[in-house]
Amino acid sequence: MLELSRGRLHFRLTRPPVSGILRLRLAVVWLGAGLAALLALCLTVAMGSGDYALTPHGLLNALLGAGERADLFVVWELRLPRATVALLAGAALGLSGAIFQSVTRNPLASPDMLGITQGAGTAVAAGVVLGTGAGLAPQTLGLAGALASGLAIYLLAWKRGTTGYRIVLVGIGVSWMCVSLTSYLLSRAELYQAQKVLGWLVGNLNDRGWQHAGPLALALAVLLPSVLLLGRWQRTLRLGDEVAGGLGTPVQRVRLALLLGGAALAAFATAAAGPVLFVALAAPQIAQRTARAGSPPLTASALTGSTIVLVGDLISQRLLADSVLPVGVVTGVLGAPFLLWQLARANRTGTGG
Amino acid sequence: MGSAAVLAVLCLLSLAIGSRAIPLDEVARALVDPASVDPEVAAIVGGTRLFRTLVAVLAGAALGLAGAVMQGLTRNPLADPGLLGVSAGAAFGIVLAAGALGVSGLLPSIWFAFAGAAAAAVAVYLLGSRGRGGASPVKLALAGIAVTYLLDSLTGGIALTDPEALDRYRYWSSGSLTGHDGGTLLAVAPFLAAGALLALSTAPALNSLSLGEDVAAALGRRLALVRLGGALAITLLTGAAVAVTGPIVFVGLVVPHLVRTVTGPDHRWLLPSSMLVAPCLLLAADILGRVVVRPSELDVSLVAAFLGAPFFIALVRRRRLAEL
Repeated sequence: MLELSRGRLHFRLTRPPVSGILRLRLAVVWLGAGLAALLALCLTVAMGSGDYALTPHGLLNALLGAGERADLFVVWELRLPRATVALLAGAALGLSGAIFQSVTRNPLASPDMLGITQGAGTAVAAGVVLGTGAGLAPQTLGLAGALASGLAIYLLAWKRGTTGYRIVLVGIGVSWMCVSLTSYLLSRAELYQAQKVLGWLVGNLNDRGWQHAGPLALALAVLLPSVLLLGRWQRTLRLGDEVAGGLGTPVQRVRLALLLGGAALAAFATAAAGPVLFVALAAPQIAQRTARAGSPPLTASALTGSTIVLVGDLISQRLLADSVLPVGVVTGVLGAPFLLWQLARANRTGTGG
Repeated sequence: MGSAAVLAVLCLLSLAIGSRAIPLDEVARALVDPASVDPEVAAIVGGTRLFRTLVAVLAGAALGLAGAVMQGLTRNPLADPGLLGVSAGAAFGIVLAAGALGVSGLLPSIWFAFAGAAAAAVAVYLLGSRGRGGASPVKLALAGIAVTYLLDSLTGGIALTDPEALDRYRYWSSGSLTGHDGGTLLAVAPFLAAGALLALSTAPALNSLSLGEDVAAALGRRLALVRLGGALAITLLTGAAVAVTGPIVFVGLVVPHLVRTVTGPDHRWLLPSSMLVAPCLLLAADILGRVVVRPSELDVSLVAAFLGAPFFIALVRRRRLAEL
């Protein structure tokens, strides 16, 4: 039996005997649909335009594997992997930021404020300069570094359980340790090594192939459902540890699972796309404010992240093709005014905060 | 009191240690009576190292104090003195001045940095304080970080396309305490003094604010006034410090946390103590940076981070945290 009233879906099944209320927050649903449409449009532009332009018809043919060889090569080998990396990395970063902001109950928390991204940078610098893990691609090194620093933060913040507050403070410490280590390694490096490290640290999406998109897609396929399943507990966690515990949430275990998930998402995204800053911080806030939700909505944050990175990459690739502006710079110019506009707008309509 | 003594010792060490080590008694003589020592020693101590030490002490005190006020004002442990967009504004001012106007001197650059810092802070404050609730902590912090990223991106864009601007920006942003004389110090000293007075006077109000907005208002605090005063103090302190030394990060962020584990959350103790501890950390880092990779030197804020971070993590683990 189904009954829909004022955005609530009451359902009762006779077998198995289950009933409940699904609250559809319409704003979130609309936001998700709108973002998905925008993403589809951006993808079409990303793959159809450029030095080698394709008609929509030709693009569709090539995607289905039925076009000319040149079309197939451009779409499948050059443009689709790059767009996929942008899409998935943005989603992973947005989701990761939403998790960190909920768990620490701090709108400024994100993997690039708490040292996950910096850990990846240190690992890449160490690999290039010292030859640690020789033969490993920067991608693998970055992944290992980010995961290691995420784990280090959790373990260092552990003392008969953790608190969001202690995680934030330890994250600051770990983050700055990593920054100073990276910089020390850079100052010791030869010029060509330093250039290699800096090229990665700046974070751009040039020359991304399926070998970058593959692991990221796999990670998202595992982590996205797991994190979404924890969503209910994540919401109670926002009420504070005592209240959440009283409501029956296994606080420490949920926090561990969420943080590991968030750190892993950020780690895989950083490994594939390099350290793209600001997205993980801004996307959840933009999604939350657009949907007028009380906490960052997970799916919408992921979609917002995808949109920012994809559009940012599109702009840096097509409009500013001659310059060497990394995608992180463009996402800053793109995302920041939007967030500011939202802050101003929300205040006017009296829903600030 | 302990930290004041440590600071005095560090000042002396800072005058004595460097690529040419000078005995302490000679340092004392060079300060009291420059004519009685080797002119080279007098030039090093009285000319280079004295100003370097003064810059470190002033900038450290300003950043520590501004960081403590910033964290009290936004009630956010991730807040650093640059959160109002001050550091990013200063960088943008310098790059813009060098790129568009061709300004290259040290003192004019400082004024442009200061103007950029002030403009960014005003923009953040206006954007964050619109509408209901005024400049609430979350709105202020978010507006600040958005403006910071926006300006950083623009700075990066200009610096990457204009070699002249990049050069100037790199010189400034290497976070250096060196190369300054009495003129620069005198130019920013009034701003630092005014900012420090204003910051210290907000301490009781920040204490009420830490109980929550409603409670603070019920206690008779005028929230808008407190926030405006705090923001003004932060802008003066950070703007002046950053304009001279370039962005020195970490110190302003971590020192208030360090101090809070000892003094507790009372801002009347927290603010003056941060003002004393921050220069200690900065000076210690500066001295160590001179020694470790002699004869070249390491960036002071990175040494501070490398020194301070493990200590900070250990302290965070040991103590019961006084949350903001």
